[in-house]
Amino acid sequence: MQVALSNFLVVAGLLFVIGVFGIFMNRKNIIVIMMSIELILLAANINFVAFSGALHDMVGQVFTMFVLTVAAAESAIGLAIVVIYSRNRGSIEVEDVTLMKG
Amino acid sequence: MSPLIPTLLPELALGLGGMVLLLAGVLSKSNQFVHCSLASIALFVVTALLVLAAPSGTIYDGLLITSNFTRFADVLVLLGASAALILSLDYNQREDIARFEFPVLVVLAVLGMIVMISAADMMTLYLGFELQSLALYICAAFARDSLRSTEAGLKYFVLGALASGLLIYGISLVYGFAGTTNFASLAQQFSTGQAAGYGTVIGVVFVLVGIAFKISAAPFHMWTPDVYEGAPTPVTALFGTAPKVAAMALLVSVMVGPFGHLLSQWQMLIEILSVISMLLGALAAIGQSNIKRLMAYSSIGHMGYALIGLAAGTAAGVQATLIYMSVYVVMSFGVFACILAMRRKGQAVETIADLAGLSTQSPAYALALAVLMWSMAGIPPLSGFFGKLYVFSAAINAGLDVLAVVGVLTSVVGAFYYLRVIKVMYFDAGSPDFDKAAGSVRFVMAVAALATALFVFIPGPLVSAAAAAARALMG
Repeated sequence: MQVALSNFLVVAGLLFVIGVFGIFMNRKNIIVIMMSIELILLAANINFVAFSGALHDMVGQVFTMFVLTVAAAESAIGLAIVVIYSRNRGSIEVEDVTLMKG
Repeated sequence: MSPLIPTLLPELALGLGGMVLLLAGVLSKSNQFVHCSLASIALFVVTALLVLAAPSGTIYDGLLITSNFTRFADVLVLLGASAALILSLDYNQREDIARFEFPVLVVLAVLGMIVMISAADMMTLYLGFELQSLALYICAAFARDSLRSTEAGLKYFVLGALASGLLIYGISLVYGFAGTTNFASLAQQFSTGQAAGYGTVIGVVFVLVGIAFKISAAPFHMWTPDVYEGAPTPVTALFGTAPKVAAMALLVSVMVGPFGHLLSQWQMLIEILSVISMLLGALAAIGQSNIKRLMAYSSIGHMGYALIGLAAGTAAGVQATLIYMSVYVVMSFGVFACILAMRRKGQAVETIADLAGLSTQSPAYALALAVLMWSMAGIPPLSGFFGKLYVFSAAINAGLDVLAVVGVLTSVVGAFYYLRVIKVMYFDAGSPDFDKAAGSVRFVMAVAALATALFVFIPGPLVSAAAAAARALMG
């Protein structure tokens, strides 16, 4: 059974919206923000793979590999920053990240 | 097509150089911060020479391109990064963050910027963009025992990752609806004259927003004041120069390159970004007392002026943007050198009020900062005035009178807070009692102030180089 391209795009679009809302609406935990960032990258990956299939073009799949690699590096660095932050602040609540304001 | 190795030499030199420095730092028994920093500065000089010697053309089947435009932006990035490293020499030792990883991270960030500037395909664009961002996230949080620095790193990471998420989502849409990621093929596809589909336009908007985050154009500037204030000052000096130039060059080359034929679709967006940035830069800076925060809002405003040239969408506009960015980079690292010299009894002080009475205590320092502030305000005959002159005349020639009028009005408002710094230094009573600044800091301060003041006598080389760069881009 063939699944239409638009179905993939809708799923990716939903994931993307959930990711963006997760970053802005979340008031609890920085780890949740990092999960939201992963969701956004995942949405882009679904787009790439779906388009790659629809266009019969390999570039999209190669791109996905790069995005996956970068996403791994990004979460490693992000987690490292969260670790040193929590060591200094003693908490990773989003509401506590307010030393500088204005 | 052009020969592979000579064209790729600058990137190879930076990549291999960064790895060699990393190995040398790890294998050495003692802390090699100073040696690594000096070696990195030497590496930047060598890379600049290689950039200038690289033949024009595309390599790797159109993944990377070298032209007068990339050469111009590369040299500017290397200049800004070298100045930031020179500034870090003294500061990092005093603040006890003199670890050899710092220059290595800067080298890797610069490699990312150079790949970004030379990108001729969405894939190289994305990889360069990420390499630069990842290295800079760590730089922002480099003082890892300082709450302010780690908070700055965290904020920069979250908003930077969101920006790259938007960018990559936009790229995926452009790829899907246009069927290619190559800049030349994209440009060819849009040149047929028929209107691009909704999917492509939405993709272009996402790409634009992702890059706008990096140049901190309002309304995507939220991270800028906090990161500027919290990050160690040499890192702030780096953020204010090299990545701004790289992201602006990327924005220009993407918008007038592959999406050049969609000018009517994106022109309005750039105009809006530019107007909001100029207004926010002028108005929000008025209430600031911390000079690093002041510089953050000032940089938002300056990005607004630089965007005017891009909004014009003409070769003269691109030339004006490049001139503006060059002038801005020099002023910016000069001001950060002055901020680094603000130390009292071994402690860095950052409020504008601390500058009171500086003119009687160290006249040369006060004069240098005054020259830079006048130039930032755009007062002739300093270089900042010419930067503004070029962008405003490009806007008027392209029929964007509104932008030019808003630009002039906001620079009048902006002059208020730049001149306030001068007023505090020259007319307020007080004794700053600053420690004697290190030779490296005074060197950067003097070079920036002299370049800013004397630009009026020798504007020719910069103007003609920018014109050649704009011609290379616009064809």
